[in-house]
Amino acid sequence: MRDRVLTETSVVRWLLIAVAVGFLLLFLVLPVVTVFVQALSRGVSTYLAAFDDDDTRSAIVLTLSVAAIAVPLNLMFGISAAWAIAKFDFPGKTLLVSLIDLPFSISPVVSGLIYVLLFGAQGVLGPLMKSWDVQIIFAVPGIVLATVFVTFPFIARELIPLMQEQGTVEEEAALTLGASGLRTFLTVTLPNVRWALLYGVLLCNARAMGEFGAVSVVSGHIRGLTNTMPLHVEILYNEYNFVAAFAVASLLAGLALVTLVGKSLLEWRHGDELAATRRH
Amino acid sequence: MLALLGPSGSGKTTLLRLVAGLEAPTAGRLLFDDEDATHLSVGERRVGFVFQSYALFRHQSVAENIAYGLRVRPRRTRPSNAEIKRRVAELLDLVQLNGLDRRRPSELSGGQRQRVALARALAVEPRVLLLDEPFGALDAQVRRDLRRWLRELHDRTGHTTLFVTHDQDEALELADRVAILHRGRLEQIGTPDDILDRPATSFVAGFVGEAVRIPAEVREGVLRIGAQYVPAPAGQRAGNFDLFVRPSDVVVTDGSDEALSAKVVGVRRTGPARRAELSLGEGLPTVEIQLPARHALRKGESLQVRLATVRLFASGTRAGR
Repeated sequence: MRDRVLTETSVVRWLLIAVAVGFLLLFLVLPVVTVFVQALSRGVSTYLAAFDDDDTRSAIVLTLSVAAIAVPLNLMFGISAAWAIAKFDFPGKTLLVSLIDLPFSISPVVSGLIYVLLFGAQGVLGPLMKSWDVQIIFAVPGIVLATVFVTFPFIARELIPLMQEQGTVEEEAALTLGASGLRTFLTVTLPNVRWALLYGVLLCNARAMGEFGAVSVVSGHIRGLTNTMPLHVEILYNEYNFVAAFAVASLLAGLALVTLVGKSLLEWRHGDELAATRRH
Repeated sequence: MLALLGPSGSGKTTLLRLVAGLEAPTAGRLLFDDEDATHLSVGERRVGFVFQSYALFRHQSVAENIAYGLRVRPRRTRPSNAEIKRRVAELLDLVQLNGLDRRRPSELSGGQRQRVALARALAVEPRVLLLDEPFGALDAQVRRDLRRWLRELHDRTGHTTLFVTHDQDEALELADRVAILHRGRLEQIGTPDDILDRPATSFVAGFVGEAVRIPAEVREGVLRIGAQYVPAPAGQRAGNFDLFVRPSDVVVTDGSDEALSAKVVGVRRTGPARRAELSLGEGLPTVEIQLPARHALRKGESLQVRLATVRLFASGTRAGR
């Protein structure tokens, strides 16, 4: 398998590995470890006491519920967008593909500002929202909207290349065998992309829980009401409440680590199917 | 069993997909026996379609693939689980894949996948079986075996079968009738004998049987090929023509008024026979003839040949090439 010409001397190989591992330790592992060390610096009881606070708990609940709304929404949008793009031809398809990438390319702060400009008191739709007595900005709906916007590409991006590669021929086969459109989708299309879909959901979830910029703009930082975990960490930190800040941060990091483990498990078990996505 | 034969881009697959309902016609009607199927949906047509790439459901086992068409039926008409199981076993037996029912498509060879696709299509008891390049992706040996096997299967089950191919040997050997398509038009439909012996258009004459096209002219009962003259077939009207010559049309002779003199420009040995390329005159395409191996021909040699069959088509017809 290994070509002799392409094999570096062992010194070079070890040097490259050392550089890569060293970089990883310095910039990725060390910070995560620091979070946990700082959080536990005054002992476990102080660490746990940090969570015995109404504002902190409400931040945790808010973060989890925003993710619980945003992820299923993007699951639906992502599947329908990927389905439309991969299986059908229609005018404006390229435009749609670029639009899906938009949240990746613009700064989250700008994403947040867009919603303020749209739904804020001075915004375009502000008066309309006011007349309906609906509060979007500086309230939970705004946070959900901003999160949905920022995390929109994850699932669609994961599915489109895979679905395009698989083509429509299996769906056609199902149709000739007498299956209905919905049945075809449920028994052929969905099972064929299930692992990529789950992978997309994990990534989407990680970002939904961790999003700071866009949410920070629309939330208004009202403690106990519109503070998500990342925002709460910042507030605590600014108040020199380091232990509590790092405790909440450690929980957030913990959630991320769980996601990462899930993702690795997926890659380990279904690497081939996911590889199709990576290639693009 | 009908073969749709034509060069690539001639509309064979499109026609097959129209029959299946995977494409919609812009005009015309589609009849199954006497029933108008033009506006029936794919599912309502009850066709068995075998795709070129087989399109097996990759996440399902062989047995699940075959059972799919039965399982998706509405509850009223769906057979019981035991019945489905029995049908699957029967079909596995028919396509000679017993014991492979739990395999995934990715664990099968090309020929096996092809047969699973066929069994899956047959499971729904289709009114017509449609095969798109059924042997396209297989190597020569498997191809030959599967071809024979498919013919036997057809004789046994008697399904109306429509298959697409660009391989004329395959079409002429396997099908009862062959339809020749070219640029989206039907050139001729008939038995292999009709197609080979009585090509209806200049395209068909040129397409089947390794024919070479040579410009020719008929004046007052005389056929001119290059600078040579032979009697034209009886009753042939005058004009400019394309003469189609197949290897089997050329017979070596020893001088008569029908004889043409030819020059050997190349000799090849192919299996038990010898193939010689002959030139009938300066600037004309060379024709090939097949000779027994004992005929030792040398390059540059001259000989006399006669055309056993003279196939003339008015030159410049729409399907000229």
